[in-house]
Amino acid sequence: MAGKPRLHYFNARGRMESIRWLLAAAGVEFEEKLIQTPEDLEKLKNDGSLMFQQVPMVEIDGMKMVQSRAILNYIAAKYNLYGKDIKERALIDMYIEGVADLIEMIMYLPMTPRDEKDAKITQIKDRTINRYLPAFEKVLKSHGQDYLVGNKLSRADIHLVELLYYVEEVDPSLLANFPLLKDLKTRISNLPTVKKFLQPGSARKPLLDEKAIEEARKVFKF
Amino acid sequence: MCAFPGVENPGDSIMAAKPKLYYFDGRGRMEPIRWLLAAAGVEFEEEFLETSKDLEKLRNDGSLMFQQVPMVEIDGMKLVQCRAILNYIAAKYNLYGKDIKERALIDMYVEGVADLNEMYLFWSISPPNEQAAKMTQMKDKIANRYLPAFEKVLKSHGQDYLVGNRLSRADIHLVELLYLVEELDPSLLANFPLLKALKARISNLPTVKKFLQPGSPRKPPMDEKCLAKVKEIFQLK
Repeated sequence: MAGKPRLHYFNARGRMESIRWLLAAAGVEFEEKLIQTPEDLEKLKNDGSLMFQQVPMVEIDGMKMVQSRAILNYIAAKYNLYGKDIKERALIDMYIEGVADLIEMIMYLPMTPRDEKDAKITQIKDRTINRYLPAFEKVLKSHGQDYLVGNKLSRADIHLVELLYYVEEVDPSLLANFPLLKDLKTRISNLPTVKKFLQPGSARKPLLDEKAIEEARKVFKF
Repeated sequence: MCAFPGVENPGDSIMAAKPKLYYFDGRGRMEPIRWLLAAAGVEFEEEFLETSKDLEKLRNDGSLMFQQVPMVEIDGMKLVQCRAILNYIAAKYNLYGKDIKERALIDMYVEGVADLNEMYLFWSISPPNEQAAKMTQMKDKIANRYLPAFEKVLKSHGQDYLVGNRLSRADIHLVELLYLVEELDPSLLANFPLLKALKARISNLPTVKKFLQPGSPRKPPMDEKCLAKVKEIFQLK
């Protein structure tokens, strides 16, 4: 019996959060070993546990996996959240890469130099309502189904709904003109595994404020 | 009619038009796709964006899901996002391992290669006064992080290919990277005998050998003229 997957990362969303969402949505219990000091990270590097000296790293099924996309692809395939054939996977991949691009912009906003921040927020809002949300609303409208791909829950729904929560954090009014996306968000949030993950006390990580990020930057020197 | 897994209508795969690549006439984010199609022995067509008007047209056509290129027309789909495109091609042509564990390794290696490619991409469009520092950083990562990691994989199993003792996309993407490293500084490859051997071996595969010859779709490094064109097409500063 394989042990639970074990996640190695900082006590933050960063590049691990999508993995937490996907495991949780798949109903997979996991452990987390949080990196809290530079020494913790050094130890992992010196152990030879990190192929490219970077986290996220997830111990799963006898592997020490790094690279968040590799980890996500494995989990999605293992738990049947990756479509039924290569054409469905192509759609899923296309959608999730769009999601990843916007999540990247939002996730790294706190790292933007102060004098560039307002411009960056404007760009994020513009991309959200003019590029990304319309594209996904259009997909749902095109087939009228409950899920993005193949009339079945897939990772695409999970990653998109995660994004919608971040969009809501940036500015709830951004979702106003996207009724099908709002419905998807509600529907997915009501799935038992996702509902559980959305409750306080789950592995879900909060938005870090500027102060917390400054602290982290000092400790980890980035 | 026999059923091809993943192909809705077998007739599509027999009669399908060649894939068509939409991008500018340069490497950028399309080059790994050119390499992979070529290595898989798949002939393709290319439509080059020359001006921002060409990009506008594609956007207005509704051809680009997120208003961006690369875009590849393949098997009745207009696919965007290079990972989506690469994953599809790799799976279709059996270059993605035999099971999810092999795929996990392939993905891990391929994403490491992608990180380095990304660094190179940003270097090539960064202001000249920032380039020297960025190049130093890149060379350091090449020599101390990435090449050692891949040399170690080859050493660990002593096989001719990175994963599963069989050609996969991991070998193609890595060898493409090794050519790039060689362009930047041939001495970077000096201490990596297994990587050099892999590069030679993969380069000798008939499809790859053909792609490496002059006149193939392989694109040269970006020059001033190409950079100016890219900045205009994408309205970059």
